[in-house]
Amino acid sequence: MDAVLLARLQFALNISFHILFPTITIALAWVLLFFRWRWLATGAASWLSAYRFWTKVFALSFALGVVSGITMSFQFGSNWPGFMERAGNIAGPLLGYEVLTAFFLEASFLGVMLFGHGRVSERVHLIATALVAGGTTLSAFWILSLNSWMQTPQGFEIIQGEFHAKDWLEVIFNPSFPYRLAHKLLASGLTVAFLLAGVSAWQLLKQRVQPHTGAVLRVGLTLAAVLIPLQIFMGDQHGLNTLKHQPQKVAAMEGLWETERGAPLLLFAWPNEQTRRNDYAIEIPRLASLILTHEADGELRGLNEFQGAHPPVAPVFFAFRVMVGMGLAMLAASWLAWWLYRRRGWRPEELPRPLLRLLAWMSFSGWVATLAGWYVTEIGRQPFLVYGWLRTAELASATPAPTIALSLAGYASLYLGLLLAYVMVVKTMAEKTAAAEPVAPVNFNRRVAA
Amino acid sequence: MSAEQWMPLVFMALMGFALLLYVVLDGYDLGVGLLMLGASDADKDRMIASIGPFWDANETWLVLGVGVLLIAFPKAQGVVMQALYLPIVLMLMGLMLRGVAFDFRVKVQAEWKPLWNRAFMGGSLLAALAQGWMLGRYVTAFQPGGLFDAFALLIALALTAAYLLLGATWLIMKTEALLQQRAIRLAKRAWPLLLLGLAAISVATPWLSPTVRERWFTMPGFIALLPIPLTSALALLALRGLLNSSRIVGKLCWAPFALMVLVMLLGFFGLAYSLYPYVVMDRITVWQAAAAPKSLQFILVGCAITVPAILAYTAFAYRVFWGKAGELSYA
Repeated sequence: MDAVLLARLQFALNISFHILFPTITIALAWVLLFFRWRWLATGAASWLSAYRFWTKVFALSFALGVVSGITMSFQFGSNWPGFMERAGNIAGPLLGYEVLTAFFLEASFLGVMLFGHGRVSERVHLIATALVAGGTTLSAFWILSLNSWMQTPQGFEIIQGEFHAKDWLEVIFNPSFPYRLAHKLLASGLTVAFLLAGVSAWQLLKQRVQPHTGAVLRVGLTLAAVLIPLQIFMGDQHGLNTLKHQPQKVAAMEGLWETERGAPLLLFAWPNEQTRRNDYAIEIPRLASLILTHEADGELRGLNEFQGAHPPVAPVFFAFRVMVGMGLAMLAASWLAWWLYRRRGWRPEELPRPLLRLLAWMSFSGWVATLAGWYVTEIGRQPFLVYGWLRTAELASATPAPTIALSLAGYASLYLGLLLAYVMVVKTMAEKTAAAEPVAPVNFNRRVAA
Repeated sequence: MSAEQWMPLVFMALMGFALLLYVVLDGYDLGVGLLMLGASDADKDRMIASIGPFWDANETWLVLGVGVLLIAFPKAQGVVMQALYLPIVLMLMGLMLRGVAFDFRVKVQAEWKPLWNRAFMGGSLLAALAQGWMLGRYVTAFQPGGLFDAFALLIALALTAAYLLLGATWLIMKTEALLQQRAIRLAKRAWPLLLLGLAAISVATPWLSPTVRERWFTMPGFIALLPIPLTSALALLALRGLLNSSRIVGKLCWAPFALMVLVMLLGFFGLAYSLYPYVVMDRITVWQAAAAPKSLQFILVGCAITVPAILAYTAFAYRVFWGKAGELSYA
């Protein structure tokens, strides 16, 4: 294998591993803030115990996100030195602002949040939790701004082959950024919603019920039931935006070779890049045009218009289907479960076991959808690194292939080990019952006092 | 001086500042990781508790240091990153293992705990050695050859010794009773290692690098620079003396750590003086490597606002956790 492919694989591996953890921490931080605030407001110990338990999951996810994030910051330079040399004037400051405004904020106040009980006042502790939540979201803001700029670049000029910023506001708020940010934040919310619901359901199944299990299940299901329709709407908007700016990505998602009016939606197919057609296609007439252009005979441009400059079709095509399929499964599961749970008076012990089992299996469903969506976005941008301007292959490192292969093997085994350990530890923590949890005294509790 | 001239210097200073803070801050917690070897289980928990609230933020200084390299000196980062490809991979693996072992070790079932303890110690060692190796390669401008590799190895060992001593003095400050006594014993053992390393580096660096030789051993600069090695030597001697004094278990428990920070600071100034104005020694100066003025300006505004804020809340976090480390309360 050549060095470029290896460098790509390595970066893809890192980014795939990394994205799992911010996807959890971004939304979980806000959920923790909610738990923390509910505890202050109601004085119910179950909120404190929910906060304590999920803080541990947060700390673990945060640690994995930090260490893999550090790795990524190095890999920008070591795998794609050409990217920083050519686009560094734009990418650099955006990454820099992420570190300066978000990374330090999260990392510093996480210490207070995790270890500060008894050392700082309730109020300062609540503020620390809020700052960590704000930091994670700010972090997403900057990273997605850069990522979106690479997809829909604007606000720059090119002088001697290098990108130079002309208008920073145009760079930051590039055309796909609002959609991408909203889509990602919702994805994070859904991932956490299903994790909350899944772990709680699993605890109910295994009789590892803690004081907070029912409440957390309710929070998770409500969050999931509310966020999934929003996400479907946002996904549609994001798709329209992509069609406008990156038609070949959409053509790959849809497996559409020829430009046509009234394009069919492919339920299943095997896109074949040799013959440039789909094998084994099962299709619904006109539906793709209807979804994407909101007109039954709207015109969609096909891949053949972009020969030599469109992404590899099959991975984008399948990843897109996995993402959408997972979204629909989330819709069905969360609405069914929420409805049943509400009908039975929010009594978790009355939920049917098959439903709990389904939710438990879906604990990490957010990861699957996120990864699939990420592949659609990132593979869909190929063969460019900066869409329409810089080709990935031009920017690779001069590091010899065997060296990259060696580090790739190292990273792959380490990541696999860490991922297994992560899932195992979450399971172990869920199994530890609440008996050992000390409940701190509530100092000032307006509502109970009143 | 025009903006094109001074802005790269500001970023050079910022990069240096971030890396100095990284080496001191993550240095002590890496050192604590190394010192866990042979500690009892209860001591291990206590040692982790002493660094727990800080390590995340400590490590962030490395991200800022590398970030500034990427942002402000895009034309040098490719050379540096590719020349150091493998040690960077090793360091990252070390930091990853260590960073997650931190959390995993208290959350896993008991039979897995020793494994994660080993990952913590091994990761700390790997990261420390790799960082020292990179520093050694960097100072000698990535020149190939056995002699230069030997030098890099020497720096790797010396930096590890420095981390050991930093970690031990941190523990003297943050712990009590038997664990504190153990830290004092370990500090005494690490001290000669560091001294040996520093002496060897002081001889080897000017010998290997004509640029450094010329900078340091030309009159009258030589006399002007004398305070740096002399103060370092005095600080190290004072540190050794303190380790024998009973007062460091009491009121003066912070003094050895402060002296170590002083030694690192002086070493940093010596290094900065040797390198300036190169980002890649003898090859690329700060001005040649700098990003476009407009980009530097944009990020400089951010730095001017955020860096003081970061320092302020870092200080806040250290104040919150001032004094002796408690039990490892969250698990």
